Amino acid sequence: MDWKLDKSRPICPQLCELICVAVANGTIVAGEKLLSVREIALAAGVNPNTVQKSFEELERRGVIHSVRGSGWYVNENTNAAAVEVNSLRMQRTRDYLAAMAQLGCDPEQINQYLKECQGGTL
Amino acid sequence: MSELLKITGLTKRYSNVLALDNVDLTVGPGKIIGILGPNGSGKTTLIKLINGLLTPTKGSILINGSAPGVETKKVVSYLPDNNFLPSWMTAEQIVELFSDFYADFRPELAYKMLDQLGVPKNMRLKNLSKGNKEKVCLILVMSRNALLYVLDEPIAAVDPATRDYVIATIINNYNPNATVLISTHIISDIEPVLDEAIFINRGKVVLHKTVDEIRQENGMSVDGLFREVFKW
Repeated sequence: MDWKLDKSRPICPQLCELICVAVANGTIVAGEKLLSVREIALAAGVNPNTVQKSFEELERRGVIHSVRGSGWYVNENTNAAAVEVNSLRMQRTRDYLAAMAQLGCDPEQINQYLKECQGGTL
Repeated sequence: MSELLKITGLTKRYSNVLALDNVDLTVGPGKIIGILGPNGSGKTTLIKLINGLLTPTKGSILINGSAPGVETKKVVSYLPDNNFLPSWMTAEQIVELFSDFYADFRPELAYKMLDQLGVPKNMRLKNLSKGNKEKVCLILVMSRNALLYVLDEPIAAVDPATRDYVIATIINNYNPNATVLISTHIISDIEPVLDEAIFINRGKVVLHKTVDEIRQENGMSVDGLFREVFKW
């Protein structure tokens, strides 16, 4: 997995997002065991406490669960991850619209640009 | 124990220069903490006081409940900011020396890291490059199984790839009872692994927060905030 992190935002939610996306798109399969806290910390170059906190947050949101003495597993039901990814998509879209509005585009023009960039097929 | 290191009202004066001014600081176990500040802000003075190399003008330091001394040296692993090893010895001889010296030293770990970083074991230290010497020092310090690691500028001379290795070593060595204090001004490389950042300026702690709080509240990286706080 590629751990691309933005240093100007808190790391913990970013790790949550990356894991949710991986679960939603099947990079990590339902029921699969996750890498250990330390392995992820090493791979992403982040603090093990941060990874631990992200795992606990994801457990609260119903994406993963811990098995005592064994580690962390993806839940069989991946709906929660899909919900997270959906809200991420909404957020990104809102960010995009806000950025375009800043550049002086009204919704009509934004649609024009979208069509143009996608080769006219929307 | 929730207070691994407790500093109260710590003041250090060098004749008429006030190096540390009434510093209060509490650090818990299981953390990786950056002591960040511009040159001459008091980082090294603070670290030397923690290690009992200087005596405070005023105030107190408690490490795991004791003042700096014989007991704290058993649990504190210290990397000074200058080379502290006898230059006529080889890395191998120094590993053996440390094994005799510290009850918590893990020679097999030291040898493993020397191999991984490609540091020649049988060359005298004086013949090693600056970066390789720094690696030897860091390996020795991280090979102890201590409660508090105090690293004064651990990455200043090594190349960026080795910096990553140093950071990986710190993560790998992470244990929930031990805390790592790192003083540095090369913040961007080290900031993703930090739990907390302590900003020091002119002998005072100007900020002590978790790094995610800093990113959340300021919308910028720790490096970015540092540049803003210490702008001149």
